[in-house]
Amino acid sequence: MSDKRIIYLDNAATTAVRKEVLDAMLPWFIEHYGNPSSIHSVGRDAKRAVENARKQVAMAIGAQPQEIYFTGGGSESDNWAIRSAAEMLQSKGKHIITSSVEHHAVLHTCEYLEKKQGCRVTYLPVDEDGRVNPDDVKAAIAEDTVLITIMAANNEIGTLQPIAEIGRIAKEAGVLFHTDAVQAIGAIPVDVNEWNVGLLSLSAHKFHGPKGVGALYIRKGVRMNNLIYGGAQEKNLRAGTENLASIVGLGKAIELATAELPAHAARMTMLRDRLIRGILEAIPDVRLNGHATQRLPGNVNVSVRYIEGESLLMRLDLAGVEASSGSACTSGSLDPSHVLLAIGLPHEIAHGSLRLSLGNGNTDADVDYVLKVLPGIVETLRAMSPLSASNACPA
Amino acid sequence: MYSDKVMDHFENPRNVGELADASGSGTVGNAKCGDIMKMDIKVEDDIITDVKFKTFGCCAAVATSSMATEMIKGKTVSDALALTNRAVAEALDGLPPVKMHCSILAEEAIHAALEDYQKKHPQG
Repeated sequence: MSDKRIIYLDNAATTAVRKEVLDAMLPWFIEHYGNPSSIHSVGRDAKRAVENARKQVAMAIGAQPQEIYFTGGGSESDNWAIRSAAEMLQSKGKHIITSSVEHHAVLHTCEYLEKKQGCRVTYLPVDEDGRVNPDDVKAAIAEDTVLITIMAANNEIGTLQPIAEIGRIAKEAGVLFHTDAVQAIGAIPVDVNEWNVGLLSLSAHKFHGPKGVGALYIRKGVRMNNLIYGGAQEKNLRAGTENLASIVGLGKAIELATAELPAHAARMTMLRDRLIRGILEAIPDVRLNGHATQRLPGNVNVSVRYIEGESLLMRLDLAGVEASSGSACTSGSLDPSHVLLAIGLPHEIAHGSLRLSLGNGNTDADVDYVLKVLPGIVETLRAMSPLSASNACPA
Repeated sequence: MYSDKVMDHFENPRNVGELADASGSGTVGNAKCGDIMKMDIKVEDDIITDVKFKTFGCCAAVATSSMATEMIKGKTVSDALALTNRAVAEALDGLPPVKMHCSILAEEAIHAALEDYQKKHPQG
């Protein structure tokens, strides 16, 4: 194992913590271990570190520091944003608008509100590239609509949504707008005012920060429910002693990611497009999933016909390439990814999807290596498959 | 998550391919669920002398197909019919619970091929 070359191409799942981020975090374990709520100097040090991180996060997304609330990550932020909005605004209405390609943290929360809280949820369709049509958002807004929640960028196929346009529509209609920006931070410019969002979720480990920490942006004036009772932390809304070192790490990671965004995005886009072009040229019967240009700089998602995703992942893993798939076998159910089905892929093509997501650590040599090994792996698996161009679906 | 035996049969599957002169063949599963198995068998004097498979599916689907072909090669038709999915899974040192359906598919593929053979050769 130790001498095996590992090419990590699953940065949409998680990223390595950057050295600078870890260095920023380390003093807050042993040297400065105070509780930010304590009034003594050790506590005040810790409090300053938390507030500094809050400023760093605010700066990165064009917000005010007092609008940033630290959470345990993206899923927590999504759950909190949506449940709180539904509960706080229920006297006004019980209708929520979302899309069919959201992360499960959004979709399952909406399903819960539908089943247990009597909410009505509109799941907007997407086009073949995975884009929501802003006109559909506009048309779906009703008297009782209290929340629109549409992700900024899709985690599977990388498609960017027309968030600013949807934000404008939400603002005009006076409807609260939440966006899951977990994949967007560090990949595309994020500005809460340009986007007109009232709530925005983010997660540190997607941009080379630590796992288990994130934030929810809550625009001044948006009233929120308590997420956790029992303390004055995060303005009484989320009790519990702050995850000090991780919050410091989040602040550092988002500061670096934002400062380096233009150069980073340009380099990722170049690697991405080389990978996409190389795969489409070298392997027949492959399709690109997601929008060709309106996509995350680091996201490649292709469907390789006649083979199944998990087999492909395992063979790639044996060759040292770490990737991901939307096949049923990787989802824990019999259905392939809801995103791939939403863009209109038949099941058998959705089962053969492959996601390669680039990050800071990837180089041209990594792209070369994937382009060298992938065609052979596909050929081997296709030779074992009962499906082929002349026999696409016997059953 | 997978045993060494599963990985071995996935990396080096036995009896991959098709038989041009198959005595019976069967295809089970469907693309919707992400698993399709095709088995070809050659039967001579009630003995399965050759067997080949092709599988569209996950690691466990490939490994169970491969192991099932090894387990029936050289067996009589009635012995092969007695092969259970549990026996295939055990021969692979077990499968993760969510992958047991792959072993059921392997049993069904063998049965489908044997039934096809019996239909074509009513005298047995």
